[in-house]
Amino acid sequence: MRNRIAFALIAVLLLAAPLVFSPFRLDLLAKYLCYAIVALGIALAWGRGGMLTLGQGVFFGLGGYAMGMHLKLVEAGPGQLPDFMSWSGVERLPLLWKPFADPVFALVMVVVLPVTVALLLGLLVFRQRVRGAYFAVLSQALAAAFVILLVGQQGLTGGTNGLTNFQLFFGLDLYDDADRRILYFAIVVVLGLSYLVVRQLARSRYGQLLVAIRDGEDRVRFLGYDPALVKTFAFAFSAGLAGIAGALFVPVVGLLTPANLGVVASLELLIGVAIGGRYSLAGAVGGALLFHYAKTIFSEQWPDSWLYVQGALFVAVMLWAPRGLAGLAGQLRDLVAARRRPAAPAPTVLEEARA
Amino acid sequence: MSKLLQVRGLNVVFSGFHAITDLDFALDAGELRFLIGPNGAGKTTLIDVITGLTRPASGSVSFAGQELVGRREYQVVRAGVGRTFQTSVVFEELSVVDNLDLAAGFRRRLPALLRRRHGVSDDVASALDTIGLGALADRPAGVLSHGQRQWLEIGMLVVQRPRLLLLDEPVAGMSRTERERTGELLQSVARDHTVLVVEHDMDFLRRFASTVTVLHEGRLLCEGTVAEVQADPRVQEVYLGRSRDELDKEVA
Repeated sequence: MRNRIAFALIAVLLLAAPLVFSPFRLDLLAKYLCYAIVALGIALAWGRGGMLTLGQGVFFGLGGYAMGMHLKLVEAGPGQLPDFMSWSGVERLPLLWKPFADPVFALVMVVVLPVTVALLLGLLVFRQRVRGAYFAVLSQALAAAFVILLVGQQGLTGGTNGLTNFQLFFGLDLYDDADRRILYFAIVVVLGLSYLVVRQLARSRYGQLLVAIRDGEDRVRFLGYDPALVKTFAFAFSAGLAGIAGALFVPVVGLLTPANLGVVASLELLIGVAIGGRYSLAGAVGGALLFHYAKTIFSEQWPDSWLYVQGALFVAVMLWAPRGLAGLAGQLRDLVAARRRPAAPAPTVLEEARA
Repeated sequence: MSKLLQVRGLNVVFSGFHAITDLDFALDAGELRFLIGPNGAGKTTLIDVITGLTRPASGSVSFAGQELVGRREYQVVRAGVGRTFQTSVVFEELSVVDNLDLAAGFRRRLPALLRRRHGVSDDVASALDTIGLGALADRPAGVLSHGQRQWLEIGMLVVQRPRLLLLDEPVAGMSRTERERTGELLQSVARDHTVLVVEHDMDFLRRFASTVTVLHEGRLLCEGTVAEVQADPRVQEVYLGRSRDELDKEVA
C-alpha cells in the first residue's frame, strides 16, 4: 500500500512538473527520465542478475539511431537525402537506411535491434560461463567498438557529429513548447510503464530465479534450469529498455552522437544506478535522476571538477554504501542490530572444520 | 529388479591423475546405497560424473535407459537425477518456502514463471512438512543453521521429483541430534526414491545403511552389508592399515 501511494505521488509530481519548470529545465528533466528508463534495465540485469553491464550505451545507441534515422528521413522528405549525407558526398540513400522511412519499421527496430544484439551476445557469452569482471570488460569493449564503427562510417552514420537537426517527431513540432510538453508526458508514461513491468518481473518467480543465479549460479544448474537462458532474457530485456530510452532521447535532446553512447556514457548510466542503489528499482531511477542532475549543475558551475566529483562519488558509494542511497536505511538497521548483538560464537564453523 | 543406474568402464583423469579407473557400478531402483572410501577414493568424482559436472575420459553412465555422459548439468536434473553438495548452498535472500518453490519449478512454463508465487503448492507443503522447517517457512534461508540448511537442500531435492538422489556427505559437521534427525529424514525419503549417499561417518553408516560400496583409489574395492564390508580385511587395510577401532576414530 505504501508503495502504491509513493508511486502515485511521484507520478503526480512528474506530471505536474511542466507547471513549475521552464521549458529549458523541463527538457533536462525529460532527458534524465530517459536515463532513468535505462537505469531500470540495469537494476534488473546488474542488481538482480549480477551482470555488471558496462556497455548499456550500445543498446541505448541502437534504439536512438533507429529512431534518428527515421526522423532524418522524414525531415529530408521522400526521395531526398539527409543533410549530413550530402555534406559527406553520398549520392544515393544507402540500402541500410531505406526501410527506416517506414515509421512502423523504425519503431519496431528501436526494440528489435538492441534485443537481438543482446540475445546473440548473451547466449554466446553466458553459455561459455563468462561472468563477473570478464563480462564487464567484454561489454565495455563492445561499447568502444560500437563507437569506432559509428565514427568510421561518416557517410552512413554522420560520424562524430552523429545525427542532428530534428524538426518533427511523429507529428509533434520539436520547436514548439506545447508539443515538447506532450513529448515529456509520453516519456513519463513510458517510464511509469517500464517501472511497473520491471517490478512485476522482479517479484515474479523469474525474478527470484535471477537472484538465485546471482548468488549461486552453479547451484541453480542443479535445480534443472539453464542459467544462460535466464540471464540472457534479463540482459535482452534491459537492452530493450535502453533502446526505447535511446529512441526517446533523440527528439528530446535533438541530436545523437557517438559520445552519447560510448564507454563514458555507459559508465555514467551505471554509476547513477550504483549511487541510487542497484537492488532497488526506485533507487536506480532516483539515482539516475540525481546523478545526471548533479552532472548538469556541476558542469554549469565548475566544468573541470565534474570528473573528479563523479569518480569520488562512485568510490564513496562502493566503499561505504554498496547498496546505494536506497540501501542506507537497511544498512543502518544492520549496523544497529550488529551493535546490539555482539558477534555470537559460531559453533557451526568449528564443527565444519573438525569434520 | 531392473538397474536404474548403470556405470560401465568409467575412467576419469585430471591432468594425469587417475581419479577413477575402470569403474563398474550399478544401482537398483528403490535402493538406499552408501558409498564410502578414504579421501581421494573418487566418491565425489563419481557423483560429479553422473550429474554432468565432470566429463569422463571414457565410459558410460546410463540412467533409466538414457545415456547421461555428455549432457549438461540441468539436462541431467531434468532426466531425473538430483544431488546435494558437501557445502550446502541455499539462496540466502529468498525465504525457505521460496527456495523450495524455485527448486520445484523447472517444469513450469514461461507464463507461470513470470507470475508471482501465490500460496504454496502441495509438493512444497509436503516437503516443508517432511524436512520439519514449517515454522521457518517465511524466514530468509540465510538465518538457518548448518543442519537446517542441509535439510532444506534435501527438501529442495525432493520437490524436484527426481528418481535418483545423490547426497554428498549430508551429515558432515552436524551435531549428534542433527545426525539422528537427518538419518530419519533419509529413511523417509528412501521409502519412495532411489538414494545414493556418500558418507564418512561410521556410526551413521551402521545405524542407517543396508548396502555399502567401498571405493579405493578410484576403483571398486568391495560391496556388501555394513557388517560384511567392515569385516573385509581389504577395507581395513585401505583405511590406513589400522585396526577397526582406530578406523572408527579416523573417519568419525
